[in-house]
Amino acid sequence: MAGRRIVVTSGKGGVGKTTTTANLGAALAKRGLRVVLVDADIGLRNLDLVLGLEKRIVFDLVEVAEGRCQLRQALIKDKRFESLAILPAAQTRDKDAMTESQFEAIVAQAAEQADYVLIDCPAGIEGGFRNAVAGATEAIVVTTPEVSAIRDADRVVGKLNDRRLPMRLIVNRLRPEMVRTGDMLSVEDVCEILAIELLGIVPDDAEVIDTTNRGEPIVLDPTARLAAIYEKIARRLEGEMVPFTSFDAQGFLGRIIGALKAG
Amino acid sequence: MAMHQPVPDEVAAPAAVKLGRAIVITSGKGGVGKTTTTANLGTALAQRGARVALVDADVGLRNLDIVLGLESRVKFHLLDVLEEKAALDEALVRDKHSESLVLLAAAQAREKEEVDTDRMRALIAALRERCDYVLIDCPAGIELGFKNAIAGADEAIVVCTPEVSAVRDVDRVVGLLGNRFKPQLIINRLRPQLVKKGKMLSVEDVNAILRLPLLGVIADEPEIIITTNKGEPLALRRDGETANAYHTIAARVAGEDVPAPAPELRESLMDKLGSFFGGRRA
Amino acid sequence: MIEWMKRFFGGPTSSTTAKERLRLVLMTDHLALAPEIIADMKRDLIEVISRYVEVDRENVEVNFEQEDRVLAMLANIPITSVNRPAPPPEPPAYAAAPNVASPGAQAATASNGGPPPRRRRRKKPATQSPATAH
Repeated sequence: MAGRRIVVTSGKGGVGKTTTTANLGAALAKRGLRVVLVDADIGLRNLDLVLGLEKRIVFDLVEVAEGRCQLRQALIKDKRFESLAILPAAQTRDKDAMTESQFEAIVAQAAEQADYVLIDCPAGIEGGFRNAVAGATEAIVVTTPEVSAIRDADRVVGKLNDRRLPMRLIVNRLRPEMVRTGDMLSVEDVCEILAIELLGIVPDDAEVIDTTNRGEPIVLDPTARLAAIYEKIARRLEGEMVPFTSFDAQGFLGRIIGALKAG
Repeated sequence: MAMHQPVPDEVAAPAAVKLGRAIVITSGKGGVGKTTTTANLGTALAQRGARVALVDADVGLRNLDIVLGLESRVKFHLLDVLEEKAALDEALVRDKHSESLVLLAAAQAREKEEVDTDRMRALIAALRERCDYVLIDCPAGIELGFKNAIAGADEAIVVCTPEVSAVRDVDRVVGLLGNRFKPQLIINRLRPQLVKKGKMLSVEDVNAILRLPLLGVIADEPEIIITTNKGEPLALRRDGETANAYHTIAARVAGEDVPAPAPELRESLMDKLGSFFGGRRA
Repeated sequence: MIEWMKRFFGGPTSSTTAKERLRLVLMTDHLALAPEIIADMKRDLIEVISRYVEVDRENVEVNFEQEDRVLAMLANIPITSVNRPAPPPEPPAYAAAPNVASPGAQAATASNGGPPPRRRRRKKPATQSPATAH
């Protein structure tokens, strides 16, 4: 049975699509699942860099589409995992270097030999977005608890609804201390506004920058706080009912104030 | 630094009209602070008395309006003007806080493909006739939205965060921009503490790769999130490191020779040496 | 201590403001994305109002405006004519003989060419003609 094809998208750039794709993919691979990550950001590729595989690129997505190589030649196996491979984007091409149906065909082919194909979507809702979504049968929408990000996510949810894609939400870069002081929207606020099912909550963590610099997915460090978070998301994706980590260390007084303000 | 556009022959005006400067604010990577920079730099320039027009070129994903707190005042948008459904004056929204600042919002329910590049160029030219600065907020990416945003601009500010992906994307964008735009760099969301620990690229690291004239460095501050929540740009304030950073950048853009009170200058020599030996290279 | 007091007395937090602004802006965004819904609303409005007054359909305008925290629909519906209101119904004529139409009403129709009087038609008692009698 062919694997699930999930596009990781957001609308707004910089909210953590690539980081999510890389780390969620790694977390799934750690559980023994066969995972292929596809970088659909032609011209601005970053998935390779985030995983530290940039020096091993031989062929890319566009070359597969143009028939200049086989898919398996372009796939780069990440040796740190049992079965994780990435299909890098082309760097010196445009997003109109391939059509939606070409992209879809490649993703379908990758899905034949994998349990999960995660597609790292470019920012925006232009051609690159349309290509990325064409290859998917499900979506993960990533947002941060910030006004612009949520507004863009709402637009993307509308577009995904038009294509009848089932979707779930990851709230990324949450800062619980700012939520507590009323300086940041809460996860509840975000879910209420976007009204799609929650898949995961990822707190803001400076470690992500460091691991990206080093090209090491955070799940490789079992002591890292975010490793456990991504593992939970992987389990939820697999269908397990995993309770959400509570970042809500509000005191009793804080809750009263919150309730009074809301009232 | 002021660049004067030669007056076209068709213009009958005897005295040369001094055209404003059209600067596109771009990055490649999304989420590094283009919109925040456009809003704050625009505000800082307007606070100095300049006539500033901000143009949101992110059709379909507009956010400049909401960052400025003007989202409820937008009646007509960019495409309405380009398609002549509304006059420029009807579409320009006066800022709530800065008298000489106006906004031309993007369309929300349209697509970037619907923007005609030539008309965009003409629109920017029209704005230059009535403003000292036209700042164009560029969408993320390097697709059509990017191409339309740079049409009509003749300068560029590239915004980069000290992260490998952002640096790589800016490098690509600078390549696409070419020499014509003379891009200058703003490094945004620097966390000096992380730089000291070797967990974040330093300003020197970033510029060793990009080699661009540095316009300014802005540290990461939670205040940015709060001010966006409220729709009140940080540059409205006169105190605080980030507000001051924007004012300094505005002064530099205006041609003043201002020394950089940038966070990284407070690093000690030992820190600098440490970063070289730490082996961090993108 | 001071912090929670500030929060309690200090007015809305920036996240409350943000949530409210987002709510309103998304409403506007959604409306902008669904012009067919606005067209349907307009059509239904015209239909309903037309039941009561005559309306200049070509010049009906429907707009959405935001004032502070409220998004409102403003409809400008030019009215071309208002039918004369119907006269009140005639009081029931208990005094009149059952078989005779009121003489006054008949006179009006015949002589002064006025509009036919509106009379309640009372059910005529069945008069049987020899042919139909059974």
